[in-house]
Amino acid sequence: MSEEKTISLTIKVWRQKGKDARGYFETHKVSNVSTGSSFLEMLDILNEDLVAQGKEPIAFDHDCREGICGMCSMTINGMPHGPLPGVTTCQLHMRHFRDGETITIEPWRAKPFPVIRDLIVDRSAFDKIIQAGGFVSVRTGSAIDANIMPIPKEVADTAMDAAECIGCGACVAACKNASAMLFVASKVTQLNSLPQGKPEKDRRVLAMVKAMDDAGFGNCSNLGECQAVCPKGQTLDFIAKMNRDYAVATVKKIFKSTGKKKK
Amino acid sequence: MITLNSNIPEGPLAQKWSKRKSELKLVNPANRRKYHIIVVGSGLAGGAAAASLGEMGFNVSCFCYQDSPRRAHSIAAQGGINAAKNYQNDGDSVYRLFYDTVKGGDFRAREANVYRLAEVSNAIIDQCVAQGVPFAREYGGTLANRSFGGAQVSRTFYARGQTGQQLLLGAYSALSKQIGLGTVKMYNRHEMMDLVLVNGAAKGIVTRNLVTGEIKSWNADCVVLCTGGYGNVFYLSTNAQGCNVTAAYRAYKHGAGFANPCFTQIHPTCIPVHGEQQSKLTLMSESLRNDGRIWVPKSREDAKLIREGKKSPNDIKEEDRDYYLERKYPSFGNLAPRDISSRAAKEACDDGRGVASTGRGVFLDFRDAIERLGEQTIRERYGNLFDMYENITGVNPYKNPMQIYPASHYTMGGLWVDYNLMSNIPGLFVGGEANFSDHGANRLGASALMQGLSDGYFVLPATVPDYLAKCGLGGMPKKEEHPEYAAAEAAVRERIDKLMSIKGTHSPRYFHQKLGHVVWEKCGMGRTKEDLIEGVKLVREIRKEFWKDLRVVGTKDELNVELERASRVADFLEFAELMLRDAIERDESCGCHLRTEHQDKGEAVRNDKDFAHVAVWEYKGDDVEPELNKEPLVYENVHFATRSYK
Repeated sequence: MSEEKTISLTIKVWRQKGKDARGYFETHKVSNVSTGSSFLEMLDILNEDLVAQGKEPIAFDHDCREGICGMCSMTINGMPHGPLPGVTTCQLHMRHFRDGETITIEPWRAKPFPVIRDLIVDRSAFDKIIQAGGFVSVRTGSAIDANIMPIPKEVADTAMDAAECIGCGACVAACKNASAMLFVASKVTQLNSLPQGKPEKDRRVLAMVKAMDDAGFGNCSNLGECQAVCPKGQTLDFIAKMNRDYAVATVKKIFKSTGKKKK
Repeated sequence: MITLNSNIPEGPLAQKWSKRKSELKLVNPANRRKYHIIVVGSGLAGGAAAASLGEMGFNVSCFCYQDSPRRAHSIAAQGGINAAKNYQNDGDSVYRLFYDTVKGGDFRAREANVYRLAEVSNAIIDQCVAQGVPFAREYGGTLANRSFGGAQVSRTFYARGQTGQQLLLGAYSALSKQIGLGTVKMYNRHEMMDLVLVNGAAKGIVTRNLVTGEIKSWNADCVVLCTGGYGNVFYLSTNAQGCNVTAAYRAYKHGAGFANPCFTQIHPTCIPVHGEQQSKLTLMSESLRNDGRIWVPKSREDAKLIREGKKSPNDIKEEDRDYYLERKYPSFGNLAPRDISSRAAKEACDDGRGVASTGRGVFLDFRDAIERLGEQTIRERYGNLFDMYENITGVNPYKNPMQIYPASHYTMGGLWVDYNLMSNIPGLFVGGEANFSDHGANRLGASALMQGLSDGYFVLPATVPDYLAKCGLGGMPKKEEHPEYAAAEAAVRERIDKLMSIKGTHSPRYFHQKLGHVVWEKCGMGRTKEDLIEGVKLVREIRKEFWKDLRVVGTKDELNVELERASRVADFLEFAELMLRDAIERDESCGCHLRTEHQDKGEAVRNDKDFAHVAVWEYKGDDVEPELNKEPLVYENVHFATRSYK
């Protein structure tokens, strides 16, 4: 382990009782925080202090605490997941903060992610987008042998890169339009790149984009804030790929052949 | 006394599953939507089962405590998933995977179940690839494999260091499809608080809506629990913060047998504890042991200097290093099974040769692999794991050896189930880590994902309909006609009121931490009878203190994380005693369970004459000793052998 010490901090944190309640900032001091602790462990310490004083702890989402479940979600000093690039909040450690520093913590700010309480927001809109088309329709038990369909390593690697998205929503929180393009494009790129995903390629991209729009997410203006805060390094290339697939699918829909029988 | 009918099909091992499938009753497609199935948990087992049963046309409700089914802790599995494909042409087969798993489990698993697991493994890979799971591939486009602890073949399929994530997202996509189609109704942020029995059969559950605090009962024709393991009984573990024993323990309190609770896996390669503020331990994938070499200094003096930061591990000469796994187990070396590797690390540290500031750490060193293969190759293989390590510890593992130490990771014990994965309560099915069935006293690497998906995609979707068909089309019990539902709701409300009304001084986390410390010290990697008896005493004291001095702030009718934790800790406090008791009764060493009285030069000594059985605990009342039932383990195909990885 690297050299560890303890630091003290001032925490300005967003409190909000419920979806329709009025939110406000609250300021707390927290001391004796080991620099080896994670950001969430720092909040644990603060919460234990609050509980000891009979006050309600700060509610925040978290689960695996190893950067993969995508549940932790807070904006730290204006940056979703904080100042360190490429990590989730749970993987942000206190050695990256100075003794005596003031840290401001807010929930994801985006209309499609309403606040449930304090730092917890409702991200079920993401689930709805996946339900619209983020899958390959294959019946359990009906699959062919896994090696029958060779997939070039580069294609498999692209799919894997895209599939690394953890669905945390930092991209939406960072975007001034609250756009979910990076999230949607990651899933579209994963599935549309693979031969297994080809049959539903057009339907998938149209359905997912529609679900995204219906949920109230904004448009992409190519600023790249999403890419900058993504803890998993998802890039705008995926959005370009999705736009291409979307354009092709739209054109195909317009010029759809009249191969159907008249009813 | 519980009747333990393992319900294993007659006939030769290799034909048992086909035979069972041909006997199982079916439900006519038009009738399937008339049956309502509750699935609790949305991980590999629960997600896959809910998706598959929904796809078949059953009416499924799935519950999870997270904000989305995609967050279930299966997502954190790193290394891979085993299958007997033999794509590497290295002599693998269904039989060999079966044998390795039985042997790895130190002959404490049920033979027929393990064989089925190995048999189904290949279809899992096919299914996942078809879903678009991006497994690693060779340049020729075929699937790549790696080797893993406890095996001498390369049978592990992987997706970088995120195999669990990719498999879970595959199951989540299948589940999402069914949710979109309306055959599965998903209830996020709902925690199961109790099981509802009607005429002795599982016919519903009670949940707490974690956002509104609403307590509600749900009726169904059957209940499938895929609620994971209880590793958080140790407080510090590699489990997610929310993982808990509540669903399984509530089922136990309603009469379901709890099998082998003392079989808990301590994973050898986790980042060592850094201090009291720590909330969880992070695993470093076992796959690292393919290229990393594990060592401690030969001399205590060197170890002391390293601990004090006065000497760098890189300055320890080759001849002064003790590569203890390679020394003790030359044929498996650093790939020895988890229980053995964990104990060897503990032994080295007990001997005063541990590193890390606490003296509880050993080195996992990539120096030789980097020299041999180049940093680039190592980066390609383990880049994300190395980054994660550096992130957490602030140490660059390309330049310095990693420090690792064993931590609670997985629980082989769980609710007792028969061959069809049904517990002794009719209509209560249990899948994945929540059941006890396949791993015996120790689980091999890359087998948890295999079991979760085997249960979820292939076993439960075959066996659950059989139960429903036998129930007939009477329809599920109506809530208004059966007072059991209202009574179960009332009991849950009463318990919550009790937790809220103590108004003591300490937070639920305080008690959890205290409990974890006792369980780790008394029922960790080496167990003695005296320690275990002492452990029971200590756990009882903490439990008493908990019910006297707990403080839950906030109210019950809103999102209240303190209340959630309090309710989970309350169950852990009771469950821990059961675990200790099981460890006392199992007066032998096997797999993960090392009773220090029974060892031969550090190796576990089994007692097959007296302990070749599943220990199944039956609840008898809050202040009454639970009753021990035994399911004998009969091996028709493999012979008991002393595990040797030398």
